[in-house]
Amino acid sequence: MKVTFWGTRGSLASPSPETIRYGGNTSCVSVEGSDGTVIVLDAGTGIRKLGQSLPPDIRRVNILLTHLHMDHIQGLPFFLPLRRRGVEIHIWGPASTTLALNSRLQKYLSPPLFPVSVRELSADLHFHELPGHVIEIGEFSIHAQLIIHPNPTIGYRIQCDHAAITYLPDHEPALGSHTFPLEKEWTSGYTLAEGSDMLIHDTQYTEEEYQTRVGFGHSSIRHAFQFASLTGVKHFIPFHHDPTHSDDDLDRMFKQIVDELNPSYEVTPGCEGSSLEVAC
Amino acid sequence: MSQQEIEVILSRHLAEYLAMPIFIVNPVGDLIFYNEPAEVILGTRYSETGSMPASEWATRFQPTDPEGKPIPPEELPLVIAITQRHPAHKIFWIRALDNTVRELEVTALPLIGQADRFLGGIAIFWERSRK
Repeated sequence: MKVTFWGTRGSLASPSPETIRYGGNTSCVSVEGSDGTVIVLDAGTGIRKLGQSLPPDIRRVNILLTHLHMDHIQGLPFFLPLRRRGVEIHIWGPASTTLALNSRLQKYLSPPLFPVSVRELSADLHFHELPGHVIEIGEFSIHAQLIIHPNPTIGYRIQCDHAAITYLPDHEPALGSHTFPLEKEWTSGYTLAEGSDMLIHDTQYTEEEYQTRVGFGHSSIRHAFQFASLTGVKHFIPFHHDPTHSDDDLDRMFKQIVDELNPSYEVTPGCEGSSLEVAC
Repeated sequence: MSQQEIEVILSRHLAEYLAMPIFIVNPVGDLIFYNEPAEVILGTRYSETGSMPASEWATRFQPTDPEGKPIPPEELPLVIAITQRHPAHKIFWIRALDNTVRELEVTALPLIGQADRFLGGIAIFWERSRK
């Protein structure tokens, strides 16, 4: 499967000369299968460019939302296939105890926050709430599970025949732990990430920043690397970079932690515009 | 290895920070976590026992009514919470390992997660008196 990073930034789009290499767009990753199946992970501002790159005759797109915070849905109305008649768009996202997924998305996709409402989009829209079951889409089996982040938030494990990638862009597994990591059984996200060929995981804060942001729902870089070790992943992609971290900051932070921990897995920080192959 | 559900993990974290004894059980009633104050009631340490089958924990602390008559497991609030899936409350007495007799007030709730997933139950103990 081909994994492409269209947005790697967390919280707020932050384009600037200082963020060119890692990118300024918010969370969006596409996963393409050999049979043409397209999975889109989150609809941050990065999804706009993805929409432009998809073939005009594409018939179906599957968008898997981890949660509905603005940096994960802001690009949705700018996703070109949503405006094409005859395209089937399936949107998956966390269930709520009160409003349906469709209704919650309409809070953003309606005036005064946005001039176009969901019902004005031309594509054939289908909404699905998670978790609850394994989703089968094309050649992929997708496991969805709640993870620690404010408001119901889902992590995904996308499995093909012989490989799996795990997507946990907003995740604070260390929340409430006196010591981290805890036992595997008591670690949020463990089942989704265990033995994964690729883990895309939140690395929003430095150790110092995390001390004043406990409970915000994000990981320190150290906690994320510890989580990757605990779960035995093969390739770790630091992701959801803080808007205040420049390219040079991120270079320095990742080099420092890799030098210190000497992880047994490969590390490739998430960069907007980059693609990686995972053999199925 | 599979992990606990996220609502259960968060319940454990909350329990670890509270000074009241708390038990957390899974849907079949096995005690999957108890906090430090609860260790006094059970007379064991979680770090030593790990999880405990329902048949063991429900009889281990020998709950009795005011007349000293044993209370069967099915009448304990936590057992009611998971078998009947509604809140339950009871006052009973136990003899702890330090030989003190404690009068406890217990409230138990079923744990229902997102999408109506039944995840087990939680019991919070309150000590009313001891002798």
